[in-house]
Amino acid sequence: MNKRHGELLYSGSQWDFRLLHRVYDAVEEIALGELGLDVYRNQIEVITSEQMLDAYAAIGMPLLYRHWSFGKRFAREELLYRKGAQSLAYELVINSQPCVSYVMEENTMTMQTLVIAHAAFGHNHFFKNNHLFRQWTRADRVLDELAYAKSYIADCEQRYGFTEVESLLDSAHALMSHGVNRYATRRRSPREQQARSEARRQHLESTYNDLWRTVPTEPSDANEVRSIEQDENDIEAAALELPEENLLTFLANNAPKLKDWQREVLRIVRTLAQYFYPQRQTKMMNEGCATFVHYEIMNRLYHRGQIDEGSMLEFLHMHSAVVAQPNFDSRGFGGINPYALGFAMVRDIARICDDPDDEDRQWFPEIAGKGRSLETIRDAWEHYRDESFILQFLSPRLIREMRLFKVSDDANDEHMTVTAIHDESGYREVRRQLAAQYDISKQEPDIQISDANLKGNRRLVLTHRVRDGKLLEKSEANRILRHLAKLWGYRVRMVEVDAETKRPLSEYDAVSMP
Amino acid sequence: MHVVDRRQNPKAKSLGNRQRFLRRVKSHMRKAFADSIRQRKIADLEEGQEVSISSKDLHEPTFHHDPKVGHRDYVLPGNHDYRPGDEIEKPSGGSGSGSSGSADGDGEDSFVFALTREEFLDLFFEDLELPNLAKRKLKSMASPAWVRAGYSTDGSPQRLNKRETMRRSLARRIALGRPKLAEVEALQVELQQAITAEEADEIDRLRKLIDAQQARMRAVPYLETVDLRYSRIQRVPKPTTQAVMFCLMDTSASMTEQLKDMAKRFYMLLHLFLTRHYKSVELVFIRHTYTAQEVDEQTFFHGRETGGTVVSSALEEMLKIVKQRYPVDDWNIYAAQASDGHNFDHDMPQTLRLLEEEILPICQYYAYIEVNDDQWPGDSVLWHGYFPLVDRHDNFAQAEVATASEIFPVFRDLFDSRQRSGASTKPRGDR
Repeated sequence: MNKRHGELLYSGSQWDFRLLHRVYDAVEEIALGELGLDVYRNQIEVITSEQMLDAYAAIGMPLLYRHWSFGKRFAREELLYRKGAQSLAYELVINSQPCVSYVMEENTMTMQTLVIAHAAFGHNHFFKNNHLFRQWTRADRVLDELAYAKSYIADCEQRYGFTEVESLLDSAHALMSHGVNRYATRRRSPREQQARSEARRQHLESTYNDLWRTVPTEPSDANEVRSIEQDENDIEAAALELPEENLLTFLANNAPKLKDWQREVLRIVRTLAQYFYPQRQTKMMNEGCATFVHYEIMNRLYHRGQIDEGSMLEFLHMHSAVVAQPNFDSRGFGGINPYALGFAMVRDIARICDDPDDEDRQWFPEIAGKGRSLETIRDAWEHYRDESFILQFLSPRLIREMRLFKVSDDANDEHMTVTAIHDESGYREVRRQLAAQYDISKQEPDIQISDANLKGNRRLVLTHRVRDGKLLEKSEANRILRHLAKLWGYRVRMVEVDAETKRPLSEYDAVSMP
Repeated sequence: MHVVDRRQNPKAKSLGNRQRFLRRVKSHMRKAFADSIRQRKIADLEEGQEVSISSKDLHEPTFHHDPKVGHRDYVLPGNHDYRPGDEIEKPSGGSGSGSSGSADGDGEDSFVFALTREEFLDLFFEDLELPNLAKRKLKSMASPAWVRAGYSTDGSPQRLNKRETMRRSLARRIALGRPKLAEVEALQVELQQAITAEEADEIDRLRKLIDAQQARMRAVPYLETVDLRYSRIQRVPKPTTQAVMFCLMDTSASMTEQLKDMAKRFYMLLHLFLTRHYKSVELVFIRHTYTAQEVDEQTFFHGRETGGTVVSSALEEMLKIVKQRYPVDDWNIYAAQASDGHNFDHDMPQTLRLLEEEILPICQYYAYIEVNDDQWPGDSVLWHGYFPLVDRHDNFAQAEVATASEIFPVFRDLFDSRQRSGASTKPRGDR
């Protein structure tokens, strides 16, 4: 690798389009040839810092429907940027086909090289190969869907007025994090859906008995009547496929009072939520992948003699800022840095494959010392998400290096207690806990629609299954339930029950405001 | 791969979002504004302001766990030398500990908008407008002023513009070649010399020349009627863009500093308001006990006298000043009377007569503010005395203020364009 045969791709910090192409080709050669990456077609777009702010504000989407909350994001990002409290990201990349990477005109040539390596190859490879993205997003359709959403909502604004659309979007956004299907892939074709609804109808028809309604039932047999009502409710619940965790989907399909355009807007928001869901589950791995790729590529370019020492120093400076992990008690601490952990883990896997010690052999018998590190890493990128990746690959050595430790925090206690540290007895516990931290389904409240009465009072009932006494924040929950009641059109109740004991802990009630 | 240069694309892609945001913010801003005005000194209004909107108003809610209840475990980096079982101080401020609480909600700080003075005042006076402003403008257009408007070829002799006339005369003389007097005189001197020297030819030539010159001088007069120019003066309507604001206040001992302070705030608000509409606003301070006098601002608010209260003396003083310095045609007259409501009973008929017959007809607006900290407000001599005027005169209003925080709402009510008719505002009852 130390051949230094190449000639410099560029010198100095100025970039131009010719150099971009040159660098791209050199990066591509390493990425595909040496690292064995597999990417979507790339499109690099040069934008100004102002446009970068725009893109930021639109949650990174190149085109998005209009809503005040994106304006709020813009105001905040701009304020921070102008005050110098925060620099802009050098890059932004969109999971689409072709994969669009934004580079800023203010970047130096070294930064552009870094961005191309990081986004156009690192993130791109991850988007294309990770199984969550493959399963949940359709890169080839993203831009079309966004364009559709934008024009549809603009159209609605014209027809039904800004405020009407705005308040609908407000409500939909409030439920956005519960607008995803977490588990089963319920992607049915229209034909299947039709078949199912047909089956459902037939079931209802066959069990419907008009006699029960016309014959005055004697209260003497109240139990029987109750059980029939119970049956009907069960059938109804079955027809609605309750319980349902995807609140937006449920409302879009079943809310009695919504108009068709409102249902469509809910579906649009749900699609957006679903699009981001894989990103939220793989943030650490994704950044780790991109960071590792840019690190490898920049180093290889340097060893080939294609970039000079100055560029390399500039790169290392930026890189080390990106992967810095402040200690828990330092001023800059803001949680575990996904870049730092992701990058460290990938490097650690490579080390375990190529140069393991006894401990690694004991902990990772399948990969330790087997070589073929790049293949192992690519395999991990493909088949894991943050949680399982940590559970599988976080090594004792890395736990020691990062000095990870586990604390328990009970709201009633005055102190937190250290329960496991980076020692023989603590590795597994630390690893298990860290993995759990990356499991969105454990971090987010488990809320499901458990009952919906479509005939009587039309009350909608949600259940929050509480673990470890972690109740919802009350005022927030009330606000969201009001949004929910507005969409549903009738009263909404939510009960918080302890997940294990089924004991009810708290209860909410929200009325639909006219 | 291909590279696309998007730099020329429209920049403000999020403009639509920003507009939506600002539109939404504006309603919150009004709220924030109304709240802040309660605590803020009105003197501060002259400057631009930062209005902070609590992020709660702009906060988008998400379902998340209450960080204050329940049990949670998490992993932190950078252990120093803790052993299992050690206890750690909880981070203050709550959110320092990584995983818990904010599932994916980024910490929301409150928004602070810096408003310029203009923006601030625009917001401040959003729904306010001057009573009778439109009417007054039409009326004031009739008040004429004489201004120079170039020259004309005829006019009265006293308007003759000598300079312009002479310029034209000179131009005509040069153009028509009128000989100068000095030239003719020089020729006559030469002629005398020739006569003395007895040069017959020369004498003949000079005589002819002189005759010709003199004939030309007669033909081209020094000043002709076409040269005459008169200054032209035109009548143009002069809009009155000036207002005078009379501050009338009872300064007898019963007006405490606190009450005066409230009155002051009202006057300042009124002044600020008037300066929005007029180029110049003059202030006249009249204080009274049993006699009235015009004073400067300092004395007005900080001097203290004793003695009985005779309101009519202040009204008389105001009328006198109007006659002396503020002709009604040129000035928009506003008056605000602040008082705790005391007046001698025997003075009331005179006060009401002055107000109704002489002052209200010349005022754009007369506001009576009763400041008091009474248990039973609105029970004073003046309040009762003035009350019938409210219905009879559109430009009269009365209101009472018991705490500083009421000043702005009262002011708004008094000057609110939407409910001006019969503006007797009594913000009391369930307060």
